[in-house]
Amino acid sequence: MSSPIRQLLDEAAKSCPNQNEVRDNIVKSIYSSAENITSNTQYVEDKKSTDWSRKIDNILTSPIWGFPIMLALLTTVFWITIAGANVPSSMLATGLFWIEDRLTEVFMALNAPGWLRGFLVTGVYRSLAWVVSVMLPPMAIFFPIFTLLEDLGYLPRVAFNMDRFFKKAGAHGKQALTMSMGFGCNAAGIISCRIIESPRERLIAILTNNFVPCNGRFPILIALATIFIGGSVAASISSIIATLTVAGLVVFGITITLFISWLLSKTLLKGVPSSFTLELPPYRKPKIGEVIVRSILDRTIFVLTRAMIIAAPAGGIVWIMANTMVGDTSLLAAFASWLNPFAQLMGMDGFILTAFILGLPANEIVFPILIMSYISGSGMLELSSLEALRHLLVDENGWTWLTALCTMVFALCHWPCGTTLYTIQKEQHSWYWTFLAIAIPTAVGIVTCMIINLLAKGFGLV
Amino acid sequence: MGLTYQSTGITSRENFNITCISNEPVIALAGNPNTGKSTLFNALTGLRQHTGNWPGKTVLQSKGTYIYNTRKYLVVDLPGTYSLLANSVEEEVARDFICFAKPEVTIVVVDSTCMERNLNMVLQVMEITSNVIVCLNLIDEARRKKIQIDTEKLSRTLGIPVIPTAARNKEGIEELMNTTNKLISGQIKPRPNLVKYDKKLEDAILHLESKIKPLLGDELSTRWIALRLLDRDTKLISALEDFYDKHKILEMSKEVMA
Repeated sequence: MSSPIRQLLDEAAKSCPNQNEVRDNIVKSIYSSAENITSNTQYVEDKKSTDWSRKIDNILTSPIWGFPIMLALLTTVFWITIAGANVPSSMLATGLFWIEDRLTEVFMALNAPGWLRGFLVTGVYRSLAWVVSVMLPPMAIFFPIFTLLEDLGYLPRVAFNMDRFFKKAGAHGKQALTMSMGFGCNAAGIISCRIIESPRERLIAILTNNFVPCNGRFPILIALATIFIGGSVAASISSIIATLTVAGLVVFGITITLFISWLLSKTLLKGVPSSFTLELPPYRKPKIGEVIVRSILDRTIFVLTRAMIIAAPAGGIVWIMANTMVGDTSLLAAFASWLNPFAQLMGMDGFILTAFILGLPANEIVFPILIMSYISGSGMLELSSLEALRHLLVDENGWTWLTALCTMVFALCHWPCGTTLYTIQKEQHSWYWTFLAIAIPTAVGIVTCMIINLLAKGFGLV
Repeated sequence: MGLTYQSTGITSRENFNITCISNEPVIALAGNPNTGKSTLFNALTGLRQHTGNWPGKTVLQSKGTYIYNTRKYLVVDLPGTYSLLANSVEEEVARDFICFAKPEVTIVVVDSTCMERNLNMVLQVMEITSNVIVCLNLIDEARRKKIQIDTEKLSRTLGIPVIPTAARNKEGIEELMNTTNKLISGQIKPRPNLVKYDKKLEDAILHLESKIKPLLGDELSTRWIALRLLDRDTKLISALEDFYDKHKILEMSKEVMA
């Protein structure tokens, strides 16, 4: 028996049998009404300004200039970030470690037990200080600039440029937008994948979102590129070289995104890409004050708070692990040396891999954990500048540019952070896809690092 | 008291995660993508939801409140859509909300710099509910582009209030709140001039409306439902069946109480 509502539908079908005609009729009437009303109530004096906007679009999205401009903008943003973050970073480090010395003195004066001072000052406080001094300056520069570009209306132009590549990869053009969101935060990027209607293309976008570095991972890339890649060339060109390295890594990440999307659309998620209309919004003058305030409050402080909330206990745990002895080595060292053979194959060491594993809750803390583990293994008490950091990594722990490069590549390609995984699970309700979201980037990271390591060592570059 | 308007869930607001506290009016923000809906939402509620200059920013429905003249209003920011003919999930969400959650006022946010395309959406919302206000947003941008809009005439032509705003600078927000307030308290009664279709379609609409009324009452716009049925909108059917069941229960309970 059909419901009364179904009967109404049948009734409707009887009175107007031609469905397409009805739809056409409805749409036509609405459109002509809108046109009539507009022409009766709107007066346009000149059309110059829209032409102006179109002219810019023709350049920004042209097949020839679109990409070079995009790359140039990306590189400029990174360059401003890297060149600008150096000085405040070392100033912050100096200041914060001066406070650490005073804290130590306070603990000494109070005759506090050594383990308490170790746990709180060397463990918790020092990781916090590192998170703040390494991450705050780049974020405070990078996010406002990125938000300005977003408010200006540049992101849809990026999507427009990228559209045909994603189409060729069998994915949805809107993936360029969700990818851009991923630069801010991969969990936010995953949620934004809802704008893709086809479930197949949405899954591709979700599974590949992690290949662009988020807030939490940019600082690792920027710090390592500055210290190692930039630091190994003449000072005059060092920030340019560091910039090119970061830009290169981002381009590599986007290439991997396209490649994995293509692979998925040919294997697990077969199908034809659906088309969509992308509206290019008008350029708008961003409200600069508001952008700066909002990007600092919403993004920088948010990320930093999250990093500190997780880094403080993690710092404590690392300190405990580093000071709990199993036989004659610490728990941390034992775990790291167990991972070491595998990590060496990937051009890293056991401590680095341990840091990535312990950093699962948030990528922001990978670097602080690493520093913590190195410090607790050495007798080094002072760590007050980037130069000291370089000394710790290079002289005490045998880092080379290859170690730095492999660490950066692995930072770009490994399992998503806990929050992102939780979001994927919540969006898809499927352990299978969540597992793939871990397995795919991790496999890519391991393979790429191994290849880089083998090639570099094979050609005797290190 | 027995069954009240809300306890039967006939407004289906529960389905949209809207908990109705006493008589807090609900205001829905609809409109094309990238017309500054989120900016307007922030200007109204004082919330700092991140806004961005690209279409499709708002994928999550966000809610906030504001107080005007000692009265509290609940604002719901619907996903941006180009139409309500339900080709996508967002359109379905926006349409179902306006139709079944029955917000006291639906504000359609219009980009003043491309009014014609935005009016399509206004005309479609007017078919669902008569409690519509047009918010001519980005009016500052329109002025800069030397586009002049006769808001009085537009308001008369459409039969609903039209308020020019520049949400980024908080321009016109006060007036928008005031008009919303007047509409809810009944001081303004919009009489939307609906789109006229050709004779054949109009006849079919009239015929169907006479069949819909006895079934569903006049809680929903019968003209709009007739149009959707003629358009064979199957996605709406299950929602309507759900509504029908609840309506029947309500009618029965009324009889029992009488």
